[in-house]
Amino acid sequence: MKIAVCIKRVPDMDVRFKIAAIGNAVDEAGLKFDMNDFDSWAVEAALQIKDRDAATEVVVVSLGTDAVQETIRKALAMGADRGVELKADHIPFDGLAIARALAAELKDGGYDLILFGKQSADSSNGVVGAMVGELLGLPLVTAISKLEISGQKGSAKREIEGGQEFVEFPLPAVLTIDQGLNIARYPALKGIMAAKKKPLEVKPAQLAAQTVTVTQMELPPERAPGRIIGEGVAAVPELVRLLQTEAKVL
Amino acid sequence: MANVFAFAETRNGELRKIALEAVTAARSVADATGGQVHAFVAGATGIEHCAAQLAKYGADEVVVAEHAAFAKYNPEAVAAIVAERVRTGGYRVAIFPTSALGSDLAPRVAAKLGVGLVTDVTEIKLDGDAVIVKHPVNIGKVLATVKIASNPALVAIRANMFTPVESPRAGTIQRAAPVGDPDASRVVVKEVKLGGGTKLDLGEAPVIVSGGRGLKGPENFHLVEDLAAAFGNAAVGATRVVTDEGWRPHSDQIGQTGRLVSPDLYVAVGISGAIQHLAGMRTSRTIVAINKDKEAPIFKIADYGIVGDLFEVVPALTAAVKEARARG
Repeated sequence: MKIAVCIKRVPDMDVRFKIAAIGNAVDEAGLKFDMNDFDSWAVEAALQIKDRDAATEVVVVSLGTDAVQETIRKALAMGADRGVELKADHIPFDGLAIARALAAELKDGGYDLILFGKQSADSSNGVVGAMVGELLGLPLVTAISKLEISGQKGSAKREIEGGQEFVEFPLPAVLTIDQGLNIARYPALKGIMAAKKKPLEVKPAQLAAQTVTVTQMELPPERAPGRIIGEGVAAVPELVRLLQTEAKVL
Repeated sequence: MANVFAFAETRNGELRKIALEAVTAARSVADATGGQVHAFVAGATGIEHCAAQLAKYGADEVVVAEHAAFAKYNPEAVAAIVAERVRTGGYRVAIFPTSALGSDLAPRVAAKLGVGLVTDVTEIKLDGDAVIVKHPVNIGKVLATVKIASNPALVAIRANMFTPVESPRAGTIQRAAPVGDPDASRVVVKEVKLGGGTKLDLGEAPVIVSGGRGLKGPENFHLVEDLAAAFGNAAVGATRVVTDEGWRPHSDQIGQTGRLVSPDLYVAVGISGAIQHLAGMRTSRTIVAINKDKEAPIFKIADYGIVGDLFEVVPALTAAVKEARARG
């Protein structure tokens, strides 16, 4: 089995963001970066298949500046076999442009599975994996939280509003990974040492013209500061009164 | 004049609320330029009955695709027919839901047509040749204004952002034939399991009562369910800790890696307010928090906070809400 996992380097979200002087991007000074959570579950899904079948090759692909090499090395330290950086001077917002660049790289790779995280924490658009599936003309299942592969067939569970969908598909296929599928492993020291020697190829990303661009970023209006209306059961009547008269939701 | 396409999502042969939100959003874009709204609905035989309601909310035309293979979501066949319709319909904007179904469908259609798509959109307007949308990024901590220059522009709206408004139109029915054989799809939804029949969906419920680690165990979650039942129009949510522990299904998780919700009222029970959770609910209109730790971050954004033992406060609140609703 040959598996590709596409991963994105994203900022740590546990900060107060500042808007950069150009006005349409976040100021990256001082931000920490790591692999997007959903993508780490995609890497884990591939590695669990490799755990059962040592002949499996797991290739990690990431588009961006040379900084993505750090993210790729993390996946290699987790156990992936080799990495590909699709080098670009920045990561565009236009999901179709990214998908086309990834599809060009993946098209002739002979992959049985191509995995993505469901969406990225930063651009939060959730379209790239599905678009790659469509561009490659492969069976595509999005947002899966359970996966079974048996020979050239797969079955998956998708979380839908208020329930689950159970889906069957043939391989090769493109899958995007939701929360709940697994918990990503941490790279062990041995893996971190081994990752330094694993191949990491750098190629130019084939980014064509983009039709979706961010023109402005702003911090959303702050909520009014929180208000504690009381303590314990004694505060319940006041809460009900406020819900009825002020918030008008009761 | 700009005509606008709206995908009307159905489940079990009925429109979902977000279908009416999509038509309402489409109406406001079309009205700005004197254009028409064409709603699209796919389903098994009989789905045509949805046309009247789509007309009531502003559809000039309703494109109906009926086929036995559309009874459940059929991703490849629905994407094919929608792409064909959007390609030939001359639409300036095509609107989809940001839902489990819409998030699967819209990027398929965008890739087939080679056009731009932005999801989780909270505002749409036309500006000359461009479609301008607002889209939260960085787990909602930053709001991006995004320009879509492709024609058509594909936009998937966030639930609960475009309140359905009646705006009756003719709703003339047009039929659309499947593109290719819908029974030949490679990806097949074999089964759909839904939670209890009366349970409201988190994306649609006006009120959400959500439980966190403070509940101490799954056996205490009935406190949250009872409060939700007292409101009568509430869905039950949970934090990531709760779903990771298996107290509640993953589909109930609200937060950065779960559902993003914006109900009229969000009641956080025993939830400290980790950043990952706040990302999923901070746009709620009114937030109530009940927590024993007065330093909990949830109190920084709660409109109404009660510091106290949830095992005492929640049953009292449940009783008080029941009483208030009984009084009317």
